[in-house]
Amino acid sequence: MAAAGLRAMVGVKRVIDYAVKVRVKPDNSGVVTDGVKHSMNPFCEIAVEEAVRLKEKKLVSEIIAVSCGPQQCQETIRTALAMGADRGVHVEIPAKEYESLTPFQVSKILAALAKKENVNLLLLGKQAIDDDCNQTGQMTAAFLDWPQGTFASEVSLDGDWLKVEREVDGGLETVRLKLPAVVTADLRLNEPRYATLPNIMKAKKKKMEMVKPSDLGVDLTPRVKTLSVEDPPQRKAGVKVETVEDLVAKLKEIGRI
Amino acid sequence: MNALRGFLRAQRLGRRAVSLLHRFQSTLVIAEHANETLTPITLNTITAAKRLGGEVSCLVAGTNCEKVAQELSKVPGVSKVLFAQHDAYKGLLAEELTPLILEIQKQFSCTHICAGASAFGKNLLPRVAAKLDVAPISDIIEIKSPDTFVRTIYAGNALCTVKCDEKIKVLSVRGTSFEAAPASGGNAAIEKISAPAPVGQSEWIEQKLTKSDRPELTSAKVVVSGGRGLKSGDNFKLLYDLADQLHAAVGASRAAVDAGFVPNDMQVGQTGKIVAPELYIAVGISGAIQHLAGMKDSKTIVAINKDPEAPIFQVADYGIVADLFKVVPELTATLKK
Ligand SMILES: Cc1cc2nc3c(=O)[nH]c(=O)nc-3n(C[C@H](O)[C@H](O)[C@H](O)COP(=O)(O)OP(=O)(O)OC[C@H]3O[C@@H](n4cnc5c(N)ncnc54)[C@H](O)[C@@H]3O)c2cc1C
Repeated sequence: MAAAGLRAMVGVKRVIDYAVKVRVKPDNSGVVTDGVKHSMNPFCEIAVEEAVRLKEKKLVSEIIAVSCGPQQCQETIRTALAMGADRGVHVEIPAKEYESLTPFQVSKILAALAKKENVNLLLLGKQAIDDDCNQTGQMTAAFLDWPQGTFASEVSLDGDWLKVEREVDGGLETVRLKLPAVVTADLRLNEPRYATLPNIMKAKKKKMEMVKPSDLGVDLTPRVKTLSVEDPPQRKAGVKVETVEDLVAKLKEIGRI
Repeated sequence: MNALRGFLRAQRLGRRAVSLLHRFQSTLVIAEHANETLTPITLNTITAAKRLGGEVSCLVAGTNCEKVAQELSKVPGVSKVLFAQHDAYKGLLAEELTPLILEIQKQFSCTHICAGASAFGKNLLPRVAAKLDVAPISDIIEIKSPDTFVRTIYAGNALCTVKCDEKIKVLSVRGTSFEAAPASGGNAAIEKISAPAPVGQSEWIEQKLTKSDRPELTSAKVVVSGGRGLKSGDNFKLLYDLADQLHAAVGASRAAVDAGFVPNDMQVGQTGKIVAPELYIAVGISGAIQHLAGMKDSKTIVAINKDPEAPIFQVADYGIVADLFKVVPELTATLKK
């Protein structure tokens, strides 16, 4: 398997840029997304970078970048192509339906595509910074019956097995997974490269295929209903203190120390 | 008259169906533990499980975890401890635990399956949910009813209330949003569960844990955190000295982790740990959205930063605009007195 190189698929999600302070819609149905800067989910960038590095080490033969969602997701796929992915698959989901989509349906789509494309390594980010779910990799692995290496900070190939160092609560742990496998990237897995202008130009010529969830036999019926989206409680404005004595006195007064 | 009687009967039946539903509500909590010790977040998860109404069982799976099973049997509100010991559970791999949980689910038909939203719970539960063909719900901070939950999205900048119509609700629970259940007073039966055949598609090799005598970050009453402003790993010693005076855990921003000042498991934030101590002291941390996500629910927040415009001051109850290299040693000295 390793000799011929792995066939890798990377999932990339388009999200509101991490630096944007989101605003809740007045009707409490969600957050404002129109006219707000979007970009590739930072964890997905790391997943793409890792796939490209594995290809540069000749461990991966082909990288397919996939995104599920409305038309604009194609920009996200183009970014992945400019970073070094070989071709793209856009799973078209109209904006209206996309609103109620959760990792459950995305995982089913990714699992179906992984089978169809005959890949043996699926790389995803550990979480999307919008829904903060941290579910898709694990669920896709389950649907495929593949092992999972979540929150990866190091990935290396060991014959037909993948060695993954994971970020866990107490520190790090290492597991070995029999390929095919799913890996989700943590922030420290690598430092993603910037797409250079020539590579952006080249990416425009790379192939992008359009598919519909129904082509893959995936039903998009919502499983979880959002009843409301609200602002979190605001903290009361605090005070500035001038001296350390003052700070200690204040903290003693309220019984914190 | 007949019609009225019929209507009343239907209403009564309806009520009974509802109460039956409540009576048959049952929750399985997957206990997290490290060999001999129970991980504290399990106790917070049990409190959440009790709030769902209905019976609460705990699953303890591992290679050598009899002590943990004993411990859990004493937690009030736990009616049954399911205990599965097998070498295959070394490292608590999701690939091995999932079939065990499915087997238990087949036997006991729980309405809810939960675990703490720690690295362990986040890794395991979505796999279980997918195998049950249901959509899981991550990191809940509130339970409105057995099918309605509140969770945060966008790095804690919005609260999302969701209704889950799945036949089995699979939930991870934010530890800091629920009190820890008391550790004694209960007397649950311990029931042995035989382990399904090992899957063998993954293998746990080793762990490198960060050793520390300080309290564990996510359950500490006081947390002192440092950011890029500390400038080096050596300077973190200033924070350790301060933490010692306060019996505090020490956390960090991502910038401090990325710069190699401290190990990654100390990172507080959207993609690190969520803490909500009584006192959080942010030293040389600007207060980026992603950092605030992990500490905004602390009872009292103190900021030490030389930049008066730093966003951290917008959430701090007490702030000092000054050089941390002067303030922190002074604070430590004052506390020593
Ligand atoms: C996908 C993603 C996920 C992320 N997840 C997290 C996360 O979980 N947790 C997290 O923390 N960040 C996270 N970040 C990073 C986050 O956006 C910020 O970059 C980070 O929190 C900044 O860390 P900092 O406050 O230590 O550094 P800076 O923003 O550089 O702030 C340093 C502060 O120190 C002050 N300072 C400097 N010298 C002194 C001095 N001598 N005395 C007093 N004050 C001084 C400065 O005034 C400044 O305010 C994430 C980013 C991304 C893109």
